[in-house]
Amino acid sequence: MIGIIDYRVGNAPSVLNALCSLNIDSCLVSSPGQVEKCTGIILPGVGSAQATMDSLAEIGLIRVLEDKVLNKGLPFLGICIGLQVLFEYSEEGDAKCLGWFPGIVKRFPDQLVRVPQIGWNEARFLDKHPVLADLGKGEFFYFVNSFYVVPEKEDIMLAKTWYGVEFCSMIAYKNIIAAQFHLKKSGARGLKLLKNFAMWAGIKSNGKAGG
Amino acid sequence: MLTKRLIACFDIINGMVTKAYKFQNNINVGSAVDIACKVYEDQVDEIIFYDITASAEKRKIDIDTVRNVARHVFVPFTVGGGIKNLDDMYEVLKAGAEKISIDSMAVRNPGIISEGARAFGSQCIVLSMQVKKVERTSKIPSGYEIAIDGARVFTGMDAVEWAKKGEDLGAGEICVNSIDRDGTHSGYDIEITSLISNAVNIPIIASGGAGTPEHVVEIFTKTGASAAIISSMLYSPLMKRNYQVKEIKCKLMEHGIPVRPWIEGYINI
Repeated sequence: MIGIIDYRVGNAPSVLNALCSLNIDSCLVSSPGQVEKCTGIILPGVGSAQATMDSLAEIGLIRVLEDKVLNKGLPFLGICIGLQVLFEYSEEGDAKCLGWFPGIVKRFPDQLVRVPQIGWNEARFLDKHPVLADLGKGEFFYFVNSFYVVPEKEDIMLAKTWYGVEFCSMIAYKNIIAAQFHLKKSGARGLKLLKNFAMWAGIKSNGKAGG
Repeated sequence: MLTKRLIACFDIINGMVTKAYKFQNNINVGSAVDIACKVYEDQVDEIIFYDITASAEKRKIDIDTVRNVARHVFVPFTVGGGIKNLDDMYEVLKAGAEKISIDSMAVRNPGIISEGARAFGSQCIVLSMQVKKVERTSKIPSGYEIAIDGARVFTGMDAVEWAKKGEDLGAGEICVNSIDRDGTHSGYDIEITSLISNAVNIPIIASGGAGTPEHVVEIFTKTGASAAIISSMLYSPLMKRNYQVKEIKCKLMEHGIPVRPWIEGYINI
């Protein structure tokens, strides 16, 4: 079962819709106890890094996520703000984040591009990874973001994208994957990536996938 | 590189898609879910829904239709009509929409833009505006006035000033709907789209008037628009012929306009 972390500012229901269309067993998670039965966790997010951090703290999920994901290797997928909060600090509202990875979250240069970035942009993959199975060397996904992550260690970058600057649009490290773009709103390619994540987390899709 | 977006926009009345001419004389086109699925499979980049009578009838948006569409389409999905407060917004997002479009309600209560942006992020809030060409006056220096309630009520507000205020209040995108061009298939209003895209630094969606792929080329080459609404071209029975997203994208690519590539065998995952 894939657990999707649900908090008021997030868009967990649209991730759930996408997984359901793929016939992947999934549920919403809004308390620490619910993480227990999950073989993979998705942290979606809209809103701000601070709002996401506040919500995670409020529903008491920070410690259990650290234990399950960082210590016990539970497969994890962060989406959008769910990628940004994995770093130490976000310029958006001076937010202190989870700090699983060294690095910060910066704003796109307003003088060069319209902010937020809204639309389909290309993620160029830097490496192979099971979640990228059957995808090309680069694919178009739907982005909605004013901020982007700057990892201190380049080796965790899995994809790069251009928007006024070249930025890191995906990371991978052991059992952790995270993407800046919205997989559940990125058409068939996004759904494919979601399905690949579920397979990677040991879930079998029941029957033929729709979407 | 960020690509230009083609958006299918539906006006909904009671779960059915309708088409209008200059915001009036709506005719029925088909069920919202069926048409949404069709354009999703046709690889449109984004979908917008307006529950067009919700605001005028002072009732809530049709959540069941929103939920149903969200279950079937996996591209960004914006919903507007009858949204008055944060609870209404939350309900629409929970039903699976990605963004909220505010139009008449934002004119009545501009604070709703900043409240929405604070609660859900700017990227969630699309300021939609109905604009009409009028005589230039000291009060309306751009020569475009804002209307509300399905172009029935004129506000005396200048369209460019309203766009700038919307950006300041935290809107993440602005959708510029031309009342004069709505349903005419005679091309977008280049002038106002250009004026507004030059005045603000958030993405602009051009709306109203698309009839041919050349019109779409024109809006992207002559203005800073990031997206264009192409609804009539896709499904309006009022047009001599309809177009597929693929055809429009091919035309855009011929002119060197970046688009999300159309993919063969798209929905086999």
